[in-house]
Amino acid sequence: MLISCIFYNLAHILVFMKKIVLLLTIFLAISCAEEKQSVSKIEGKRININDSLAVDQKIEDFIKPFRERIEEDMNKVLSFAPKDMHKNDGELETTIGNLMADLVKSQSELVYKQRTGKSIDICLLNHGGIRAPIPKGPIKTQTAFNVMPFENSIVVAELTSENIHNMIRYLAEAKRAHPISGLTIKLDANEKVTEALINGKPIEDGKTYTVATSDYLQNGGDRMNFLKNPETLEVLDYKIRNAMIDYFKSVDTIPARLDGRFIQQ
Amino acid sequence: MADLFNNNFRKMKRRDFIQNSLASSAFVAMGGLSLQSFTASSAKKHITILHTNDVHSHIDPFGADHPRNPNQGGAARRASLIANIRKENPNTLLLDAGDIFQGTPYFNYYGGELEFKLMSMMQYDLATIGNHDFDNSIDGLYAQLPNANFEFVSANYDFKNTVLDTHVKPYKIFVKDGVKIGIFGLGVKLEGLVDKRMYKETVYNDPIETAQEMSRILKEEEKCDLVICLSHIGYHYKRNPERPSDLKLARATKDIDLIIGGHTHTFLPKPTIEKNSVGESVLVNQVGAYGIYVGRVDFYFDDAKNVIANGKSIIV
Repeated sequence: MLISCIFYNLAHILVFMKKIVLLLTIFLAISCAEEKQSVSKIEGKRININDSLAVDQKIEDFIKPFRERIEEDMNKVLSFAPKDMHKNDGELETTIGNLMADLVKSQSELVYKQRTGKSIDICLLNHGGIRAPIPKGPIKTQTAFNVMPFENSIVVAELTSENIHNMIRYLAEAKRAHPISGLTIKLDANEKVTEALINGKPIEDGKTYTVATSDYLQNGGDRMNFLKNPETLEVLDYKIRNAMIDYFKSVDTIPARLDGRFIQQ
Repeated sequence: MADLFNNNFRKMKRRDFIQNSLASSAFVAMGGLSLQSFTASSAKKHITILHTNDVHSHIDPFGADHPRNPNQGGAARRASLIANIRKENPNTLLLDAGDIFQGTPYFNYYGGELEFKLMSMMQYDLATIGNHDFDNSIDGLYAQLPNANFEFVSANYDFKNTVLDTHVKPYKIFVKDGVKIGIFGLGVKLEGLVDKRMYKETVYNDPIETAQEMSRILKEEEKCDLVICLSHIGYHYKRNPERPSDLKLARATKDIDLIIGGHTHTFLPKPTIEKNSVGESVLVNQVGAYGIYVGRVDFYFDDAKNVIANGKSIIV
């Protein structure tokens, strides 16, 4: 009993001594680290990453399967564009803008109607959100990524007629080809609105209208403040790019036309 | 919110205090021990800082026909450059100033998995969070964290009521060749830039005030030899000079040696030298975007008394 007690104590002393050694090591490490160092010289520059540098083969091999899966998908032909479409091929409307607003409206309507029983009156997007043209010829998945690289998602905001008027005023003053669908606007030479129709009918006071748009704009992007406090808001969880891909898959040839939906006379 | 923030620091401080007092008592118990040997080892030391920002999922180089950046960038080339510099100086830190995510289908398809895995293979040491790193929501960022073998710092985002709580620290300290390097992170104001549904309950605190507090903690309490700010607040806003930026930050703080910036995609040909609030030089650097450049800043150290005698030189 006594002997085992001594051994026990000895073992403890050993552990204790080990601890001291450890602590001393920590202390020495700290005192080394805290020795007064001062910067005597600084050199700063940038190094260009270009083809003069060797390729790290391990990294390259690691990327390869990720890249191949994307490429296979990106190169799938989904539809066909009859001509080049870009966001400056018209004044207040453009072929690509019309296409985008029309397809977002029609694709969203499938989801929105099922969920709420209501249809979508208008689609409004922003001119700046179109990031690349659609070239004449086959439309691939890649095309949708080029035009819409952002993760923007579709929301449907129900607006009062007052806010619809604010929207039309905004569009008249902006004088940019913000894509619209379901809405036609005519301006005179002084940017005064001479006619504004929703699906061919005048805007009725006291009525609400449903507007499909992007979450970015609804949250105050491009200062479209009329979208900020809608009567109702439905978040579709449907990315604009996915709506494009779904639409492209459903048509052989996409329409590429100006139809006078937003004009200045 | 601010209280918890401070509590964390208090906790950290307490831990350090306990560690120090234990160490000192051990020293006393062992009796006087000569530390002469250490003065001899404090010959010139050399720390290399490498940095990227706003890489935006640019893993492959730009194609040869790209109008602006033909044949530029590429993760596999960046990796070989970094490995060579590390071979030359093992005391190297590799940092990223945010917006790792978003910009190529790699992000759309894999949600940042490949970006983090490659950065881990390149042995990134630390990163801060950019606004686009919330593009798959704060949950999307959180979900990718297991793919990152490096940590994230942000001192002015308070993540207390989010999934990132405890996963992102205000700062991190590295010791390389006995040189203590404290690095803190700063993020840009998210409201109006990122959908609230994406960043959720993340609270943005003033970056300049936070930086003043951080530099004090790192210099005075943690006794760092080098203080680095990893910032995603932007280099400078010409049209809105009142907006917090790296240049404003440099002028309004002290004890920061280097500000590594991001967000504005500013291609600085060389680091900018600014004067801080007490008239000392601070370096501000940013290397544009898309992994086209890697920034390199080399710090050479000497005994404090030698530096006082011979002065400090900055070569950019």
